[in-house]
Amino acid sequence: MPADTANAYTDTDAGGRAQGRATVGTGTTADELIRFDRVTKRFGSNTVLDSLDFRVFPKKHVTLIGPSGSGKTTILRLLMTLLKPDEGTITVDGTPLSHEERNGKLVPAGEKHVREVRKNMGMVFQQFNLFPHMSVLRNITEAPVQVLGMSRDEAAERALELLDMVGLKDRSDTYPGRLSGGQQQRVAIARALAMRPKVLLLDEVTSALDPELVAGVLDLLRDIARTTDITMLCVTHEMSFARDISDCVMMFDEGKVIEFGHPEKMFGDPEQERTREFLSAVL
Amino acid sequence: MSEITPGLWEILLDGVWITLQLTFLSAALAAAVAFVTGLARLNRLRIVRFAAGVYFEVFRGTSALILMFWLFFVLPLGLGWQLEPMWAAVLALGLSYGAYGSEVVRGAVAAVPRGQHEAGVALNLPPGQRLWRIVLPQAWPEMIPPFNNLLIELLKGTALVSVMGVSDLAFGAALVRNATGQSAPVYTVILLVYFVIAFAMTRGMRVLERRARAGAGEGPPRRAALSPRRLFAPRRRAAAAAAASSGGERR
Amino acid sequence: MNWDWSAVDAFLPRLADGLLVTAQALALSALLAFGLGLVWAVAQRSGPALVRGPVAVFTEFIRNTPLLVQLFFLYYVLPEWGLTLSAMVTGVVGLGLHYSTYTAEVYRAGIEGVPRGQWEAATALSLSRGRTWGVVILPQAIRRVAPALGNYVIAMLKDTPMLFVVGVMEMLGEARQFSSETFLTVEAVTVVGIAFILLSCPASFLMRTLERRLAR
Repeated sequence: MPADTANAYTDTDAGGRAQGRATVGTGTTADELIRFDRVTKRFGSNTVLDSLDFRVFPKKHVTLIGPSGSGKTTILRLLMTLLKPDEGTITVDGTPLSHEERNGKLVPAGEKHVREVRKNMGMVFQQFNLFPHMSVLRNITEAPVQVLGMSRDEAAERALELLDMVGLKDRSDTYPGRLSGGQQQRVAIARALAMRPKVLLLDEVTSALDPELVAGVLDLLRDIARTTDITMLCVTHEMSFARDISDCVMMFDEGKVIEFGHPEKMFGDPEQERTREFLSAVL
Repeated sequence: MSEITPGLWEILLDGVWITLQLTFLSAALAAAVAFVTGLARLNRLRIVRFAAGVYFEVFRGTSALILMFWLFFVLPLGLGWQLEPMWAAVLALGLSYGAYGSEVVRGAVAAVPRGQHEAGVALNLPPGQRLWRIVLPQAWPEMIPPFNNLLIELLKGTALVSVMGVSDLAFGAALVRNATGQSAPVYTVILLVYFVIAFAMTRGMRVLERRARAGAGEGPPRRAALSPRRLFAPRRRAAAAAAASSGGERR
Repeated sequence: MNWDWSAVDAFLPRLADGLLVTAQALALSALLAFGLGLVWAVAQRSGPALVRGPVAVFTEFIRNTPLLVQLFFLYYVLPEWGLTLSAMVTGVVGLGLHYSTYTAEVYRAGIEGVPRGQWEAATALSLSRGRTWGVVILPQAIRRVAPALGNYVIAMLKDTPMLFVVGVMEMLGEARQFSSETFLTVEAVTVVGIAFILLSCPASFLMRTLERRLAR
């Protein structure tokens, strides 16, 4: 793996102060795929993300680790527009997520704008969230047909390819309720990929699975990481998986990135005491 | 003292027809009102939720008979023209049972897991499609049993129109009573007719529910075989507490 | 619409009379519904098979047919059978009987909600059947379903206007009489309508609060 994938990066904010910003990949601002600027998210009096800054360049695989409640999942949910930030801006592929320009002014984003930006992202959930009233095939084809305007035949053809990839081609007419958790999660991954996202958000995708089903799902994700150009943001407690696929591991604590770097360094010789404590607790 | 003659039977038969029409038309209006109001009560805009909530509280708090009186006798004086009695009845029944139905819709839609909405967002489906293709197909089978209870209540409610002079089944009974001078036969007969209609509607809704559940990927429901004791009971039992509760089907 | 406030003034004393009658009718029929419903529920749970079947059929029949027609039945048919009741008694019996078939279901849900272990414990203590019901099962069941019963009282309140058809001078009956004397229909019917909303909205709010309390 290239050594420069995770590097400390210094830029200046509007006030001209230098600040350390977690950065994954290299390139100019124009190349950035995901950028968080001073993003703060609170639930009531609880600050889950505290003025968070980070950026990710295309094709990188980032794993977010940290104790529960440290805001990892919140980052994915903000990106997927399931939540709105209280402060700060999130930019995806150069376009702000929560605001749009209208008549030269920056205004809160309308549904149309949000949907345009959302096209870049796909998400796989902890609880799969397959649609129980649709067959496996329909789960995968519904959005490409309705959102991307694909023909039913084309969508079905692509869905079958994806099902083949996740090893469930023969289950296309089954309803999700008749599948095991591991199978459901593989369908959910195929469903997310069918939308051809640039970024795949993986939210603790194996946490709800029985232990013996975890390996199959992780192997599938390893394949996808290896063989596609897709950018991944991954919240997981599977540290060996994180080590395998990641270009960068970010350690979160109390709403901030307290340390980040290449997995070899993060798992081998972390600098922060908190990171060391956390890793010794989960490894 | 005399028998119910063929002519009198015909009056009753016409009454059945009017009762069925009333039930069907009011149910259609009530369903429309229930969906619009029920979904409005879940709207993200506070003002929409509030307006729908006021509608629900007012019409649920109203007595159907008094609403009917009002539409029959007060509204014409205000508007200056008389509503066709049949339509006034449909309006009164549809508006009040629609208010009850909105609670069914609201409860069933709110009970669809959050993750389903979120998956819809993650797949970038527009809000209307999320509702139409993901949420409603899952909520619909849950609505049918409480809707059945409301439909029976509505059928019973149609008898009120006889007080307003609409010639439904109950009104026909009064005519036959006057003609024959006997009350027991005719009132027994029409109670039985109402019961048979209610029974048929319940069976129909049961079929509808089975289809809806199969369509929602749940497979055929496991249900006890038909026995006299279970004509209505099994559904009612679960529904009794819920339908009676003002708060909602589930929370 | 010509709205005449003096008509409202004139009607209010009559409304008060009607309200009193409505309250009496409601209280009596609610008591009847609570009592009879309990009889139906217990009979269906532990009565002899010969009783259970007919009770089930009877309650299903009453619940699935219109209250209005049942009131006419009581009003016209009972006298033919030699039983003449006053308007109030006819109304109370009709309303109470009708709703007893609903409260029976509520009780039944409540009884089924009492854990099996409670029956077993009562047997283990060799409590008599009566004491098992009276001291162990029903107190737990009824507490659980109190809000549902309350909601049926509200439903009964909204059905009390039907009693005017058998001659009970409750609020709607008063309004009808008042408007036939004065032709001030608009004011009388509207005032009665508002009175019902003012009575039932706070009542259902109260029940919802009670429900939330008990759910905790």
